[in-house]
Amino acid sequence: MTLTEKLLARAAGKASVQAGDNIWVNADVLMTHDVCGPGTIGVFKREFGKTAKVWDRNRVVIIPDHYIFTADSLSNRNVDILRDFAREQGLPYFYDVIDDPSGAWKFDAAKGNLKRQFGSNYAGVCHAALPAKGHTRPGEVLFGTDSHTCMAGAFNEFATGIGNTDAGFVMGTGKLLIKVPETMRFRLEGKLQPGVMAKDIILHIIGEIGFDGATYRAMQFDGSGIATLSMDDRMTIANMAIEAGGKNGIFPFDARTAEYVNARTGLNGTKQSYEPVEADADQKFVYETVVDLSKLEPTVACHPDPGQRKTAKELSHLKLDRAYVGSCTGGKTSDFVEFARVLRGKKVVIDTFGVPATPDIVRDLQSTRWGHQTIWQILEEAGVRMTENAGCAACLGGPVDTFGRMNQGGLKCISATNRNFPGRMGSKESEVYLASPATVAASALTGRVTDPREYVGN
Amino acid sequence: MSKFTGPVYVVRDNIDTDQIIPAQFLNLVPTIAEEYEKLGSYALNGLPNALYPVRFVKDGAMDTEFPIVIAGRNFGCGSSREHAPIALGAANCECVVAESFARIYFRNCIATGEVYPIECPERLCDIFKTGDLAEVDIDAGTIRHVATGKVYSLKPLGEVRPVIDAGGIFDYARKNGMMPKAA
Ligand code: SF4
Repeated sequence: MTLTEKLLARAAGKASVQAGDNIWVNADVLMTHDVCGPGTIGVFKREFGKTAKVWDRNRVVIIPDHYIFTADSLSNRNVDILRDFAREQGLPYFYDVIDDPSGAWKFDAAKGNLKRQFGSNYAGVCHAALPAKGHTRPGEVLFGTDSHTCMAGAFNEFATGIGNTDAGFVMGTGKLLIKVPETMRFRLEGKLQPGVMAKDIILHIIGEIGFDGATYRAMQFDGSGIATLSMDDRMTIANMAIEAGGKNGIFPFDARTAEYVNARTGLNGTKQSYEPVEADADQKFVYETVVDLSKLEPTVACHPDPGQRKTAKELSHLKLDRAYVGSCTGGKTSDFVEFARVLRGKKVVIDTFGVPATPDIVRDLQSTRWGHQTIWQILEEAGVRMTENAGCAACLGGPVDTFGRMNQGGLKCISATNRNFPGRMGSKESEVYLASPATVAASALTGRVTDPREYVGN
Repeated sequence: MSKFTGPVYVVRDNIDTDQIIPAQFLNLVPTIAEEYEKLGSYALNGLPNALYPVRFVKDGAMDTEFPIVIAGRNFGCGSSREHAPIALGAANCECVVAESFARIYFRNCIATGEVYPIECPERLCDIFKTGDLAEVDIDAGTIRHVATGKVYSLKPLGEVRPVIDAGGIFDYARKNGMMPKAA
């Protein structure tokens, strides 16, 4: 069995399963957020009754992160719906925007969107917050009401996105009927060149198999090159399995996984025991390929879908209006470190936005010094508009007052996010080009798509 | 219901959930009745105007005149938001006939029972034009282009059909004794 099959067999209490089997699996964690949480709660109450209790209050994790720093009253109300529910159910893992458990959330537009407007429990973008707060563990099954839930596959678990109705069902029963996906194997060998990042690996792969190349399938990333990738890198890759249509992305377990998970579960006092899965010798794949990491180049996915692959060099004629670094896939500390490495001591020539995924990342960037300056200061001095209000921000457009949103048509933005369908970051007549934080940085310096190796040296 | 007749609305490949229901409307909660209706009025509102001059739901209207959507490959890709099949269902769309569907979207159609996601091996988005009359017969597994009289076969819905017929997974689970009757 492949990693995914083995994991699902275990979650279903079976000795073995095959691709195509429909099985009931037990969920270890259910995650929801402010966009899909209120609807999920609505389904749960409609179906299980007004006084129903969730199947296990330690396993339901609620993370407001999408439409938080907006004056839109319905969006603010949605955070209040989550708070009421968490209080009523006594949920220990609700990462509220405010500290008062019986208060109401209201974003204060007059304070602007750069300065921090959240309390001490707020955790930021759900997929970055889940591992950081110790909710991702090897060998587990994670369901989330968000398509990028697959990011947690970096931790050797089965993680996939589901809709509100399925989530309402899980909330009440702790179970879900799923079909075991076929597995595609991507063997990563070698090591990335300087200036080439994990984002380039996944953009390369999606370009190879197409935006629907993994539909209904598991994407298994293994091979000796994995050892060279940090947990942040693995998260970037697993995050975008969905951009090829994948059901999940999954990595093997190693010492790095253990180190990360043990530290985070310890810090937040979440469950510390886990049992990783290892692949069998007789794995069956529907597709197998080897990716030589040393040959990859800075890669861009062009408007209007993540499968439109080009190298950054090929696009050097393309003029840009805007640059953006942020999101679950591209707003981690390591992403901002690469961003800053390229920008240090230089000035951007187009509007450039930086949105850290979590408050912890804001703190990292504001406390890590390179010489006499913090990374945060280096970025600000280069002309980047950095916000402390960690969250999804303009990654998916959002309400019109969202930080970094493209409210005008005709704009072209290069972005370290994960999706570039028409209208993704605002106006449906704007265009998004996906790239690594290093490529976004180099492009922000020239106003055209630029290969970052010109700046990082070889 | 197993037969739908009416004008079709034709879209191309890779219509993602942002185009089906733009992110700015995700502040609407589908389980709140009036917000459910509003979602319908924004169905397919994210399609670029230049490529789709005829709108799926007219400005100011709550429902569509097109009960049948015809699409190319990978319809519903992108986010896991259930608002997408719900918006189509709330606009009174009955079915989407596509060359292929993205996984979560397909599953959400079934779970909610909002619209029938039907696959057709033929590339109907090259054959039909928006406004053409069509007849979909789910039992017979066919779609007929009324003007030309041509009939194309649909892939069977198989095990998911009874779930949508019942009105979604909860109703289906209750009907089949997998869950206690209404709470
Ligand atoms: S950062 Fe973007 S991709 Fe990630 S969860 Fe938020 S909206 Fe989705």
